[in-house]
Amino acid sequence: MTSLPVDWLEKEKDRRTLRVDASAFSDKVYEALTAACALVVPGLVIAIAVAVFAAAWPAFAKLGLSIVTTSDWDVAAGHFGAAPAIFGTIVSSAVALIIATPLAIGVAVFLSEFSPTWLRQPVGFLVDLLAAIPSVVYGLWGIFVLIPLLREHVMPFLRDTLHLGATPFFRGPAYGPSMLAAGVILSIMALPYISSVSREVLMAVPRSQREAALALGATRWEMIRDAVVPYARSGIIGGIMLGLGRALGETMAVTMVIGNRPEISASLLAPGYTMASLIANEFSEATNDLHLSALMAVGAILFIITLIVNAGARWLVWSVSRKRAQ
Amino acid sequence: MLQSTEVFRAKPPLPPRLVTPVVQVRASEPSASQDEARPCIVASHLSAFFGQTAAVKDVSISIPQNAVTAIIGPSGCGKSTLLRCFNRMHETVPHARVEGSVEILGSPIYGDDTSPIAVRRHVGMVFQRPTPFPTMSIRANVAAGLRVDSKSHAMRGTTSEIVEEALQRAGLWAEVKDQLDESAMALSGGQQQRLCIARALATRPRVILLDEPTASLDPLSSQKVEELVYELRKTVTVVIVTHNMQQAARVSDGTAFLLMGELIEFASTRELFTAPKDPRTESYITGRFG
Repeated sequence: MTSLPVDWLEKEKDRRTLRVDASAFSDKVYEALTAACALVVPGLVIAIAVAVFAAAWPAFAKLGLSIVTTSDWDVAAGHFGAAPAIFGTIVSSAVALIIATPLAIGVAVFLSEFSPTWLRQPVGFLVDLLAAIPSVVYGLWGIFVLIPLLREHVMPFLRDTLHLGATPFFRGPAYGPSMLAAGVILSIMALPYISSVSREVLMAVPRSQREAALALGATRWEMIRDAVVPYARSGIIGGIMLGLGRALGETMAVTMVIGNRPEISASLLAPGYTMASLIANEFSEATNDLHLSALMAVGAILFIITLIVNAGARWLVWSVSRKRAQ
Repeated sequence: MLQSTEVFRAKPPLPPRLVTPVVQVRASEPSASQDEARPCIVASHLSAFFGQTAAVKDVSISIPQNAVTAIIGPSGCGKSTLLRCFNRMHETVPHARVEGSVEILGSPIYGDDTSPIAVRRHVGMVFQRPTPFPTMSIRANVAAGLRVDSKSHAMRGTTSEIVEEALQRAGLWAEVKDQLDESAMALSGGQQQRLCIARALATRPRVILLDEPTASLDPLSSQKVEELVYELRKTVTVVIVTHNMQQAARVSDGTAFLLMGELIEFASTRELFTAPKDPRTESYITGRFG
């Protein structure tokens, strides 16, 4: 064994330490940069939440729970009851989901299971394109196309021809601007979210699951119903919740078609109000402090509701997929 | 016995030609020796294609009833494809097609008026990896293939009897009888595979096709499945694809050797493994290729 010169060893050690130092330094830079990016975003969420709740605080302190429980919104008299707006947000979103979910899942099932390959791309693209239309354009379309259609044909049909007017949900005169109009517009806006997520998860169902069902003598429909859709269930629920989030926060299009009347009515034919449209309609005229703070409080409540919906969605997806993993 | 007739009636109406040779499936022993002589699956000049490529070439084979027939051969020789022609699963792959004819118990399964759905209800299949339905309970998994009118109360009791019987036949009943309503995913891989066998048996098929059923299992679970296959021959015709020659030798009565999509040799298992007629069979079983 030949001995190495001592100075060579020393030099090599130096070089190695140097290199280790250099890479440790660049590691630190990258770490700091990515950490900064990762912290800015949640920081922003927290900052917005803090600002909204701080601005809303005077209203909460002065009005207490009456802002949620009362229905009288009279700026001059100092009454700020947002119950009709909260009611409207929830009902219009629920109507939207009731209309959009079956339609979106139908589209997704067709595209993933039945559609010839050449049709899949273009139809999927057009459905996704619904998400790219600005909401003010939806609003315009709502005013000039949807509302006349609802007023002249759909509402009389539901109320009189189907005799749904006997139930409280379709009673009263058909003005046009209404909870129903808002629900329909929202359903069109939520549909691409639900259908594209559903389509992806349906297409990700393994072939082995499909074959297992077919080998039992399932028809194509039975295969989809018993094997494919249950397997994709948690993903489909995630898509529905994404659509719901979209519907809850939507402002412009809803403001244009809902009628903006702060009243709670069981009838979908009656005009209504939502939290987002209340804020959009009034923030520019909010001159006194309490009014502004009350609007902020409405914003805070909307924030909390969407938070609860998102948490609920996470929990739902988690519990459904956990059941499967067990 | 009365019960079992009811069970039999609960099945969907059989296509007329499949009905004629009524053999009591529940009978624990093959009723007569002539049964064994009569072929169950007869394929003639069967070819299966993926697009332009032939995976199975001009195979003619006559598989006996109430026996275990193994199909062996090197990877990619078309043994799974051949198996999938026996329950019309091959055609579920895009651009796949079949030429030639297959008769099961005298009924041509590729006939113009035969629906693949009806064929698959009478020919069960189990795959390489266990494929339980993950969102269903053990009970629902076994009952998945049954088409019992759920509105009829008379049938409800019958369903649970069928589930129990299928699990018994699959040798799984003792292990799962207290957890029938739990998720099928709670079971081990070997149990899941036997659950899939129970699911296939629940529809009381005349034939059961096993596509490398132990390929993804540990040795102990494999042994259980093998024992089960050995038991099943008493009541149902079994065709098993395997790349494990020892397995073929252990469980089967007859063995078919396939090479490049062609049927090289089909003989009794003992004969094929001890005195193969074709030099290619000999090379394969002595481990010279594949």
